[in-house]
Parts: sequence; structure tokens; C-alpha cells
Amino acid sequence: MSAELTGAEITIRCLQEEGVQCIFGYPGGAVLFIYDELFKQDKVRHILVRHEQAAIHAADGYARSSNKVGVALVTSGPGVTNAVTGIATAYMDSIPMVVISGQVPTSAIGLDAFQEVDTVGITRPCVKHNFLVKDIAELAVTIKKAFYIASTGRPGPVLVDIPKDVTQQKTKFVYPDKVSMRSYNPVTKGHARQIKKAAELILSAKRPMVYAGGGVILSDAAPQLTELTQMLNFPCTNTLMGLGGYPATDKQSLGMLGMHGTYEANMAMQYCDVLIAVGARFDDRVIGNPKHFFNENRKIIHIDIDPSSISKRVKVDVPIVGDVLDVLKELIKLLKAEKEKPDQAALKEWWKQIELWRERDCLKFDRSSKIIKPQMVIEKLFNVTKGDAFITSDVGQHQMWAAQFYKFDKPRRWINSGGLGTMGFGMPAAMGVQLANPKGKVACITGEASIQMCIQELSTCKQYRLPLKIVNLNNRYMGMVRQWQEFFHGNRYAESYMNALPDFVKLAESYGHVGMKIEKPEDVEDALKEAFKLKDQLVFMDFITDQTENVFPMVPGGKGLSEMILV
Amino acid sequence: MENEAGALSRVAGLFSARGYNIESLSVAPTEDPTLSRMTLVTIGSDEVVEQVTKQLNKLIEVVKIIDLNDGDHIERELMLVKVRAVGPDREEIKRLAEIFRGSIIDVTNKSYTIELTGTSSKLDAFLQAIERSAVLETVRTGASGIGRGEWILKV
Repeated sequence: MSAELTGAEITIRCLQEEGVQCIFGYPGGAVLFIYDELFKQDKVRHILVRHEQAAIHAADGYARSSNKVGVALVTSGPGVTNAVTGIATAYMDSIPMVVISGQVPTSAIGLDAFQEVDTVGITRPCVKHNFLVKDIAELAVTIKKAFYIASTGRPGPVLVDIPKDVTQQKTKFVYPDKVSMRSYNPVTKGHARQIKKAAELILSAKRPMVYAGGGVILSDAAPQLTELTQMLNFPCTNTLMGLGGYPATDKQSLGMLGMHGTYEANMAMQYCDVLIAVGARFDDRVIGNPKHFFNENRKIIHIDIDPSSISKRVKVDVPIVGDVLDVLKELIKLLKAEKEKPDQAALKEWWKQIELWRERDCLKFDRSSKIIKPQMVIEKLFNVTKGDAFITSDVGQHQMWAAQFYKFDKPRRWINSGGLGTMGFGMPAAMGVQLANPKGKVACITGEASIQMCIQELSTCKQYRLPLKIVNLNNRYMGMVRQWQEFFHGNRYAESYMNALPDFVKLAESYGHVGMKIEKPEDVEDALKEAFKLKDQLVFMDFITDQTENVFPMVPGGKGLSEMILV
Repeated sequence: MENEAGALSRVAGLFSARGYNIESLSVAPTEDPTLSRMTLVTIGSDEVVEQVTKQLNKLIEVVKIIDLNDGDHIERELMLVKVRAVGPDREEIKRLAEIFRGSIIDVTNKSYTIELTGTSSKLDAFLQAIERSAVLETVRTGASGIGRGEWILKV
């Protein structure tokens, strides 16, 4: 008979069995036994962050850039509440993640013990599922379930709350090979008849449009999406979460759509006659006002693994529930076998129209400016990195410019908080990306407001020698807040000016990193080149940019896609 | 749904988080003690009910869900109502309870407690039939529903 293990040992053994190589966390009273076991082994590497929010974002960036389950470990009470922002971020963007949290001993639960919170209650609305393990006999199977649930179906974070006494108790350790749950059987294969209907609709299209979201990235279906789009010669737009799902430098790419999408993408979305929505959810930032969207007639095919995403905001004609990868493969097979082709003359006309929209050159900006234009910094970053970097971002104007101007040709290269819009996400996420891709070039595009929300992680970067390149677009404003105040609140810039900023160069240097301040447009490229030459160093580039620059095009809240404000 | 701690709060939490309305909810373990059966009454357009159903299905602990309105079904609710019963009212209330096929399950010299089962509208009708000021207390379980005939919800 095999020896009995403690709950803490079992927890670590489970992580090893799952092949987890790297976890992010912060110790505390309730998880001390687990940390003790971590200490005694070297298969699972622990990265010590400086705040639990960063642990989750780092695990998130790790997961997004690698398609492995991200794992974080936090203590009870404040450990968990600090983690909540990160968990909600991962939940909104459907990121596979397992969070292990400590809890006060079972005998103390409900007695307002020191560092006690109702973790399962607090996290319930922002996890795919969560567990409180009160019985050590359930521990291994629960962790197995957590990994299974997190990584299958529509992925998402799963939390396992483990009371301290459970980590001390002993039992025989058996890690199940697989779990089956009668109440959880996610569909993967799409319905054959629905796929056939979709193929028929595609062949009848005169003004087709492919609209691809984060689901394409999550299911690793970028090659299939690209194949489908190119064999049909259809235009393709990607959502903020879907960037990289179709190569942005290809001529069939219309760029991003939505509130700050391109003119051509939004117009084509509005005026197409057959829309193929792939792993996307028609959210408010994408189609604006749904009523306005339906002023035009079009047939919609919607492929998504989550039935509840279908016909939630927009009624669709051909719903296909299934894994995007499986469904696209089937669809391609069907269309290849088909002798018919969509009306080529109509398609030619449609492309002509799209080219006219494209000529509007909606992303133009003043290239001769004497002040650094933020868009220019991102263009240069794209050139200097040859489009091959992993880019994380925070939230605001810089995020939108990054999405517009960095042309992502590959999936899992663009890592941002799309759904929740979490400022402070960028740098910790970049840490996770760098750890998952030790040889990759990783840049965090941020602003002076966002970066300060998790600035403490400069310390973590020092400890683990993470050579991130921080591109700080410093306009001394919460830029997106300022933009809305300019457009919709009579230029009253209530509390959006960033006062009392630190000297970012000195700040970076105080952590042992390299700091640079760039104030002239002609210095931008050299600074970026120099930064990427410093392969082993974190370089914090503080770009002093135009304070008044706005993100265009813009579909104001509540307006329709064709009602854009243009430059 | 799985008969597990916290399953009910997931359902209730889903409704409040997504702005759906719970008219009534009744839940108890089934003949299989690992399963609980819940009857939940909500009001909404077809689209809303479809979303509610899909969202409930996504909850990991929900095993199976049916919309009883998709077929013939039977609905029953239990109500206990305590009424003031003095003087000539005592006879009148007793008669009324008989008409509604209720039974008096507790008696004092001032009050009756009546047990009544039926559809929610029958219970409403009973409350309307007796004088409002006579009603001292009511407690209702919310509806429980089951399909007619061969229509069986079983895991």
C-alpha cells in the first residue's frame, strides 16, 4: 500500500500530474503547508509576485500565450479578494485557469476568523466553477475536475478553495486519469445539418463578411479561419479579442471592427448580406446599437461553443454550436467538395465597394508632428520587432492604438483585457507571457495611468530577470476618459489629469532596470531598437506623447456601426 | 441538479446577476439522494426564457433542464394560511375551506390554520374569497411541476 500524503502534498502532486511547470502566487497563513511542499520539490516553479492581482494576470498571460492552463496560488481573505479582479478578467475573456486558494480551517469557517472570507461566494459570479474542498478524500478528484472544466468547452477560470486543516490531513493519493461528470458534457462537434445550411448560405452570398472573435484564438483555429477566408476570397474582420486569428497584413483583412474599428470593417459589417460570425459574441463594443444593426438585412451564421452566446444580443439564422476548430474543418471540407462557387461578379463588386471604404484611410494621423504621436510609436514598434513580438496592453487609448497599428499575423501574440477592461493587466500579463515564451520578444504597451495600477511588479521582473519592454505612452491623462469627456462632457476633464507622476526613468532604475525618456519623434525608432538590443534587461521607455490625440474612428455609445466619428 | 452545497445559490446568483426575475422556486432532494429537483417559475419573453435556460444549463451542477410550458404539465403549490375565526365567521371559513378542498390542520378558539394545495391561481382565488382582514399569516411553497403522462424528466 502506498504511503499516505498530506493535503498539501496532494495539491502539489496534482499540479505535477497535470504537467504544470509554472505557477504564480503569494504565500500566507492558510497556504503555508502548500508552500512548504512547493519548497521541497522542483518540478513546479513558483513565481512570487508582489500583489495577488498580478499573480492572476500573470497566470492569465501565461495561458493566453501558450494555450496551457494558467495556475495561481493565493492565501485566504485578502489574498482572494485581491485576486478577484484578475479572476473576473480571465472569466470575461474565457481564459483557462485554475486558482488554488487557502481557506481558514473547516472548524473556523463561518466564525469570522482571521483572514476569512466566503471565497466561493465572492468568486461565484466570476468563475466558470468553484469548489470548497472540505474532505481530503475529495481533494485530488476536485483538482482534476478543476483542470478539466477550465480547459474544455468554453474555457474559464476555476477556483479550488482548500481549508488549512485539509492541507494537513492525510490520505492515499490517487490521481484519476479522467473524470466524467453527468452534468458537464461540452459539445465539440457541430451539427452536420447546420453546417450544411451554413455552406449553402455561404455559396449564395453576394456581399459576404467573415467576423472572427476570440473563440478562434482559444480553439487554435487561426489556420482554418485563414484557409476558409482565402479559399472563398471573402473579407475578414477581427474583434479586439480575435486579433491574430487572421493575418492582419493580408489584403483580405479589414482590420478590427467595433467602437474603434476601421471604417471599412464597420461599413462592411453593416452592409454585408451574409455574415459568418466565428467565435464572437456581438457584444456592445462590436456592433454598437443592435437596433441600428438590423436596419440592414443580412443572414447570419454563428459558430460558437457556448449556446448562450448564440442569439443573446442578435438573432441569428444559422446557429452552429460546437468547437470552432471542428466546425471550420467540416465547413471547409464541405465547401471544397462543392462544385458551385459564390457569385464571383457580385463578389468583385463588393470588393470594389470595400476598396472605396478603405480609401477613406481612417487610421491616418499627422506624421509630421513635432510632438510624438502615439500611433507612430506603435507603428515603429511593429517595424522594429518585425511584427513578431508578443504584445500585452493595459486599457485605454493606448490599447486601441495597439490594436489598430500593430498588425498581428499570428494568434496568441496579442494579449489584452478585452471584456473586463482591467487597467493594470499589461505588465503582470507580460510576465506570464515571458515565462511561457522565454525566448520571445515581449512588449507591454501601456499608459502612465494604467501602468501605475500594478507598478509594483517591476520588482518581480527584477527577481526573475524578465526582460520586458515597457512602452509607456505618457500623455499625462487617462486618455480614454479624457477623450469621452471631450466628446460627451463638454471638455470638463474631471479627475482625468495625471498629476504628480513619478520620474519613470528613475523608478525603473531604482528596481535595477533600464529607463529611457523619449520626447522627440525622431528619437522613437532608435530608442526602440536600443531597447530590444538589451536582450537581458527590462527597459522602461517613457514616451512623452501628444496630450490631445484621440482614437478614431469612433462609434459613440448607443450609435450604429455606420455612424462613426472620423478624423 | 446535483444535490450539493452551494448549487442553489448558483441558480439564485445567476438570476440576480443577469437581471432575471424569480417568481417562485421550490427545491428538494429526489428519490436519488445525489440529485435535487427544482421547479422555478419565471416570467419573460421567449427570448429571455431561452437565455435563462441556456445560462442555467451552463451551470456545472445543473444536470438537466426542461421548460414545462413545452408540453402538458401539472403544477401544484402548497399554502398554509392562518385566519381569524371567531363568531359566525368560524362556520363560513370552514365551508370555504371545504369548497377549495383545503383542510383545517390547527385550531384555536380564535383561529384556523388551513392547508391548501393547487395551482398558484387557485391559492390566490382562495385568499381573495376570504376577507382580507381575516388573514393573519400565509406561507406558500411556490409551484412544483411535472409533465403529464409519458413525459418524464429523468437523468
